[in-house]
Amino acid sequence: MKIKLKVWRQKGPNAKGEFKTYNVDHASPDMSFLEMIDVLNGELIRKGEEAIAFDHDCREGICGMCSLYINGHPHGPLQTTTCQLHMRTFKDGETITVEPWRAQAFPVIKDLVVDRSAFDRIQQAGGYVNVNTGGVPDANEIPIPKKIADEAFDAATCIGCGACVAACKNASAMLFVSAKISQFALLPQGQVERKERAEKMVAQMDAEGFGSCTNTYACEAECPKGIKVANIARMNREYLGAMLTSYEVGSGGGGE
Amino acid sequence: MRSIFDSHQNLLLNMKWLIDLFSSSLGRKVVMALTGLFIILFLTVHLIGNLQLLKDDGGEAFNVYAYFMTHNPLIKTISYVNYAFFVFHIVWAIMLTRKNRSARGAEGYAITNTSTIWSARNMGILGTVILVFLVIHMRQFWGEMHFGTVPFKTYGAQEVKDLYTICADAFKNWWYVALYSISMVAIAFHLWHGFASAFQTLGINHSKYNPVINFVGKVFSIVVPALFALIPIVMFTL
Amino acid sequence: MNLDSKIPEGPLAEKWTKHKFNLKLVNPANKRKYEVIVVGTGLAGASAAASLGELGYNVKAFCFQDSPRRAHSIAAQGGINAAKNYQNDGDSIYRLFYDTIKGGDYRAREGNVYRLAESSVSIIDQCVAQGVPFAREYGGLLANRSFGGAQVSRTFYARGQTGQQLLLGAYGALNRQIANGKVKMYSRTEMLDVVIVDGKARGIITRDLLTGKIESHSAHAVLLCTGGYGNVFYLSTNAKGSNVTAAWRAHKRGAFFGNPCFTQIHPTCIPVSGDHQSKLTLMSESLRNDGRVWVPKKPMPGLKGADAMKVPEADRDYFLERKYPSFGNLVPRDVASRNAKIVCDEGRGVGSGLAVFLDFTDAIKRDGEATIRAKYGNLFDMYAQITGDNPYKGPMMIYPAVHYTMGGLWVDYNLMTNVPGLYALGEANFSDHGANRLGASALMQGLADGYFVIPYTVGDYLANIGWADKVSTDHPAFKEAIQQSIDRMNKLINIKGKKTVDEFHRQLGLTMWEYCGMSRSEQGLKKAKQIIQDIKKEFWTNVNVLGTANELNQELEKANRVADFIELGELMVDDALDRKESCGGHFREESQTPEGEALRKDDEYAYVAAWEYKGENQPEQLHKEELKFENVKLTQRSYK
Repeated sequence: MKIKLKVWRQKGPNAKGEFKTYNVDHASPDMSFLEMIDVLNGELIRKGEEAIAFDHDCREGICGMCSLYINGHPHGPLQTTTCQLHMRTFKDGETITVEPWRAQAFPVIKDLVVDRSAFDRIQQAGGYVNVNTGGVPDANEIPIPKKIADEAFDAATCIGCGACVAACKNASAMLFVSAKISQFALLPQGQVERKERAEKMVAQMDAEGFGSCTNTYACEAECPKGIKVANIARMNREYLGAMLTSYEVGSGGGGE
Repeated sequence: MRSIFDSHQNLLLNMKWLIDLFSSSLGRKVVMALTGLFIILFLTVHLIGNLQLLKDDGGEAFNVYAYFMTHNPLIKTISYVNYAFFVFHIVWAIMLTRKNRSARGAEGYAITNTSTIWSARNMGILGTVILVFLVIHMRQFWGEMHFGTVPFKTYGAQEVKDLYTICADAFKNWWYVALYSISMVAIAFHLWHGFASAFQTLGINHSKYNPVINFVGKVFSIVVPALFALIPIVMFTL
Repeated sequence: MNLDSKIPEGPLAEKWTKHKFNLKLVNPANKRKYEVIVVGTGLAGASAAASLGELGYNVKAFCFQDSPRRAHSIAAQGGINAAKNYQNDGDSIYRLFYDTIKGGDYRAREGNVYRLAESSVSIIDQCVAQGVPFAREYGGLLANRSFGGAQVSRTFYARGQTGQQLLLGAYGALNRQIANGKVKMYSRTEMLDVVIVDGKARGIITRDLLTGKIESHSAHAVLLCTGGYGNVFYLSTNAKGSNVTAAWRAHKRGAFFGNPCFTQIHPTCIPVSGDHQSKLTLMSESLRNDGRVWVPKKPMPGLKGADAMKVPEADRDYFLERKYPSFGNLVPRDVASRNAKIVCDEGRGVGSGLAVFLDFTDAIKRDGEATIRAKYGNLFDMYAQITGDNPYKGPMMIYPAVHYTMGGLWVDYNLMTNVPGLYALGEANFSDHGANRLGASALMQGLADGYFVIPYTVGDYLANIGWADKVSTDHPAFKEAIQQSIDRMNKLINIKGKKTVDEFHRQLGLTMWEYCGMSRSEQGLKKAKQIIQDIKKEFWTNVNVLGTANELNQELEKANRVADFIELGELMVDDALDRKESCGGHFREESQTPEGEALRKDDEYAYVAAWEYKGENQPEQLHKEELKFENVKLTQRSYK
């Protein structure tokens, strides 16, 4: 099949970017979208033009490294990661526009590569249980209702790709942050630090410059792992409860 | 011994969490949700009052109601809270919008294809339309009622301002009725998203209650603005 | 050179306890005076960095991805073994040890494997305490399943995403130490070299992948947790970025490479769809619990989907069930893989010719579609998404693919390579899986090494050398290593040849797959050696890397890695040539029983092959570490 690709090219973080149009004449419907770019890159190199830079790693939909805003959707028209999107999704002769994630907190590094380290910093603010290696109780000491364990898993399945931010008109990271807060709010292991966790992670999210959720639910519609906005409601609950009742008098979380 | 100055400083320090709460991304939304829900309650009461306009009694019921609303001390207090909440709702909306715009970054997308509903994405525009209406509306009725020269009418022993006539006159202007109706459409769309959205923001999202919230929200967002709009249309055609 | 495995004396079950007591401790107040470098942030790296940070050491951690959470451990699906015996089905530490040694075809050390089985129990406790959402029963306790043909249910799992959940647990622990300031994290940073002064590892050379800046970092010890080298085959289930560079540079600086030819080929992967294929996707082998593997009895080229359903029972060959009546479709990975290759070589492959069917028709008939959907729904969806075929309407097609490398840097019982101060953990070392790894054991090993072995053993080394024994990055050895790395980058950029890096990589991969894959022969291996040498020559004269070395340059990154894969490929061939026996994942055509099964030769080859680098284009020198079995009796595997 033949494809016309409009791709965002940008030399570096401070360079001005622009769209460039390429023709891919030998795409196969069985190719993944990234393999199609691989093929194009091979052709570009042979022509002496630098390959298009894009993030990718596992190519099986779990590492969360691939991104790309394809024809107006993060990860393209299907609710999967870009690496799991195949060319059979597109029509022969179609023009496909490929852009990087856009958000103040995700600056473009080169071409389609963006900096998502803000997500790591939010996790560092409290996305864990404070236990040292060793000296923990037996794994079966605390029974957890299956429903609760399953719901915690559903939240924990987030791959941190940033599609929620890319999809949101406010570049809000709340689906991402709420997934982690939910996981630990549900599990008994997370109870001890429940309040501080909500406060600190939200504060870091705000400090990174992500927007507020206005409940359009674009994130849920685009999330490749099907994370639910019910998690955002839970985060709202957790945060509000924490701010109103935690013992910390000084600034707990939020604000600028 | 600690001085008064010290304890004041402590008080300020003690309140910092509150300021942080309401200036955080989540807290801002909570302000929107709480004030929004209050305004929804207000709309209900307002509608009940307005419906008195349709009573065929030469405006007595409506005028008595208007008098009650402007003279009962409890209602008066609540009305000041209501004004404040309107202001909060508007000011916080502006702050939110500015913050959200800047979060999106300088470079936008060339193409966006979204599956979200229109009203959810355009709450700001809808709100602005409603705000314009609100200004005209306040000037027309609330302003007249409080500061204008309104003729009096006497019911029994009580002398009350005849707001009914002001309304009836205003609703003879086709353009005002049109503006009123269009604004009600904006309010309907605003509520279509806003009603259920407020519950989500306050953390009320539960598979047992979501259907009820959504259903009531949709019904409310259609019925209430429709009834509001019905009144001037009926009075125009009378 | 005498290879000392440092396995402690004494009864098997007491070795580790005794050894831990004999290890020196670092005074708590002195721990902050030590620096440790951890390269790679998968299960082994993240758990090691976090645990060492908790103890008080200053840790620098490195990963080439944009976040430590993306390491390829995240893609592990099936589960993690632990000898908890929660199911009361007769499991024990000794049984897990025995199964692992036997599954590895008796090419692993008893002492290491026993310690692994011992640690497995603590791993589950640790992960649950971190909030890892393992699958649970309705009563609230942890669920287990039997995995990879094990006779007991000892595998803990989190749906089909166990690796993800375990890694995110370790990532959380790592983040906690980053927030505490005990770990400094360098992401998008690739290790290019290890610096050795006075025979000890003193630090590393790295490249900042965003700016291209080459930098040096010194430390008291260096831990390589950089995973396996399956990408030498180009097509594998590894991530695109997975590479051997860190381990290979360490090897070139003197660290021995153990059993490089031991590669695991996984039988249930989605077949290749065309030349554009960039990687292969694994489907959990739990599919073999209910799916039946078959090909037509006579060649039927292009057979697939609904047409396959029409093939009468009498014309089908359920070859695994036929040849191995007692294990049937649940034979170990290497056996299942090799037999798939055999039937395809006979021309009976389906689809493109390089595939066999995995058929759920009987299972759906027996249990109903709803049950099968509940069990395997996500895998079926994944299959449908990748292939565009509906697996409920016709049998799936599978073909083996490279999945894991048992070989890696040679390490002793303390996980230290033969270079003092240089350690290798997880898949990067060769230690615990022998010639073949059992399902659900990779996650176990990565976490055992990082959480429960290295915190003890590295302390012993540090206590012995003392905190003053450190070399600054101003040392000439660092300067020289930096210069060599810069020169190498410039050299790659300046070749300005005609072929892309991927073309070389593909060529190397095809060669390795053909001659050093599921089945190996002396003739084929010798041919491969020649081809690889030619590829190497051509690579260094004809590769085309555009752009500069001072920016984000993904082609340069690839070129740098592929250059190492080429050299590693040759060593794998050498190792495979040396081992004239069939064992585990290594099948030598010259060494088989009359029925065509693998024939091990314990008298001649019960050793670890540890290869020493002797210089550019020099043959590597083989050192043999004899394997002593005091507790288990060596038997030939039989699954008939």
